Amino acid sequence: MWSVIQIIVPSAIAYSIPLLMGSLGGLYSERSGVTNLCIEGLMLFGCFSAAASIVKLQPIIGFNAGIVVGILVAIVCSTLLSCLHAFASINLKADQTISGTAINMLSTALSLYMAQTITGSGNITITRGIIRYNIPVLSKIPVIGKLLFSQTYWTTWVCLALWALSWFLLYKTSFGLRLRACGEHPSAVASAGVKVRKMRYIGVLLSGALSGIGGACILVTYAGEYNAGSGINGLGFLAVAALIFGQWKPLGILGSTFFFGLCMTIGNVSKVIPAFANIPSGMLSMFPYVATLIALILSSKKSSAPLASGQPF
Amino acid sequence: MAKNTVKIKKPLMEIPFIKSMIVSLTTVLLGLIVGGILIIAIGKNPIEGFQKIVFGAVSNTRRVGNTIAYATQLILVGLSVAFAFKTGLFNIGGAGQMLMGGLMASIWAHNVTFLPQPIYYLSLILVAGISGAIWGLVPGLLKAKFNVHEVVGTIMFNWIAYWIVYDAVKVFIVDPTIIVKSKPIPMQQSLRTEWLASITQHSYFNIGFFIAIIAVVVIWFILEKTTLGFNLKAVGSNRYCAEYAGIKVNRSIVISMGIAGCLAGLAGLTYFLGFSNIMEIGKSPSEGFDGIAVALLGNSNPLGVFISALFFGMLKMGKGSLTAIGIPTEIADTIIAIIIYFTATSVIIQGFWEKIIKKHSEKKLLKQAKEEK
Repeated sequence: MWSVIQIIVPSAIAYSIPLLMGSLGGLYSERSGVTNLCIEGLMLFGCFSAAASIVKLQPIIGFNAGIVVGILVAIVCSTLLSCLHAFASINLKADQTISGTAINMLSTALSLYMAQTITGSGNITITRGIIRYNIPVLSKIPVIGKLLFSQTYWTTWVCLALWALSWFLLYKTSFGLRLRACGEHPSAVASAGVKVRKMRYIGVLLSGALSGIGGACILVTYAGEYNAGSGINGLGFLAVAALIFGQWKPLGILGSTFFFGLCMTIGNVSKVIPAFANIPSGMLSMFPYVATLIALILSSKKSSAPLASGQPF
Repeated sequence: MAKNTVKIKKPLMEIPFIKSMIVSLTTVLLGLIVGGILIIAIGKNPIEGFQKIVFGAVSNTRRVGNTIAYATQLILVGLSVAFAFKTGLFNIGGAGQMLMGGLMASIWAHNVTFLPQPIYYLSLILVAGISGAIWGLVPGLLKAKFNVHEVVGTIMFNWIAYWIVYDAVKVFIVDPTIIVKSKPIPMQQSLRTEWLASITQHSYFNIGFFIAIIAVVVIWFILEKTTLGFNLKAVGSNRYCAEYAGIKVNRSIVISMGIAGCLAGLAGLTYFLGFSNIMEIGKSPSEGFDGIAVALLGNSNPLGVFISALFFGMLKMGKGSLTAIGIPTEIADTIIAIIIYFTATSVIIQGFWEKIIKKHSEKKLLKQAKEEK
């Protein structure tokens, strides 16, 4: 049993970190009052742009620097793509669900289009992802050290730091208060002299940047390739679901993304745990999606969605 | 005097059909322009590219047959999305509903070989329609009962269908030589017929197209001529108002998603038993998402859906010829996505044209006034 837990927990953490970034991005956007269903597209674009730049840059600037630059490129590209969503939903008062869907499709098609011109096949595989390592002192702690601090990716800690920073920003600063108010009652905030449109732009662009990091994390941690066929397997929508399940709160989404990460691990563990080997692989793989639906049903009664989310100002 | 009678012409932009037509054409134009820019960006000639697309889609009878055969599922998925739109719902579960409809119909086709032709076709339609309807109904129920956003719900159902197909094809209808595909369906059991193949130089053209045309008429009839259609549209335009008028909103949501799912299930039938005759595992039909573009461009009007599906069918079937001049075929999907993006902002485009037409007519009036002086 202990050996199974030892396999599952680190893997669940690895799966949940990209989800956490996507959800956190959605949190900024929805709390500022813009419905964001294009997390999937933004993450995919981050994954693609990181893959393309890492493949091009690693031979020149080296292994680690290539990954860092790749993640930065992913942030820039996804932020640029999210500008389209921000412009449509804030300036043009577009239907935000449709605009989000358009961004998703655009991201899929555009990344494929560019991947074809870059590699020819459409798939981009990076030679090596981030190397896991043990954290010096902490990994020696019994139980917890083995589960949380051994064989970790450095991106995990960066992402958790970003999560903590976001919590501080949203709940402990006046900027956060204003951003959250824009999603609840924009006209009241506007009458207090805050520029609602500017705050919403910040919200959507931050969602682009964070989703970009999430997409890049998928690539450099467990996936290792940008796959033209399956993309990121609907992870962006799982992130949106995690946001709803987490009740639009930072602590909530930390819990819910870990839960979904756990579900994804269970969907993939059949290779390592013999007891699961007899169940058809499709049944296991659909588990995260079924669990998501059940989670959404359970959390439906006490929805605390931002009041003005989805309404143009 | 006849000269002094004032003719009141209805402004062009106030006729709904013309208005939506102008907006749709503008979005298509904008999509093609941005697509052209992207082609220039990789150093190719956009005009040549668009010529290739048209060439690939309609240059001979066989290609026309294929384009129509491909447009068939776009018509049905487009209708599905449009129908849900009318109730204010966004059905992006077309892919999953197509997969379920296609899977059940394929299994049916491999096992039920004793029915006479017309009854067999009817049974296929029932099987595919009901499977698709269930796959739309459940997210509808989740939306109505538990307030699960239908976009998230239908996407989850897409992935669940994807993995069901992954297992079910292997278990029930696998091709023993290639385990990632199902056995091909023989022509007598599919929607293809000798006669239709022979008049279109052996294209994929099949009787699914006639199913799609019937569906267009039926959906138009439901929306325009029945109480059900009126109720659904009322829920779509204002939920609270409809509730106040005594319409059961939750029931309308479930019914609407059920019918939408049924249409997408039929699209799965025409796709997997007509256009293609096998199912591949690990592949989700992109038509589920293209249907959104079809519905939006057609302004959720059945006739509009029909026309825009033919347009997108041309784009998707013609894109294959692009490889000859070195342009990645994904440019077609990029153009489709851009068109959706612009239709999302159609209010602005509409305002733009209204302004221009107003300016134009004002100028005309000024000119007239000057001449009269």
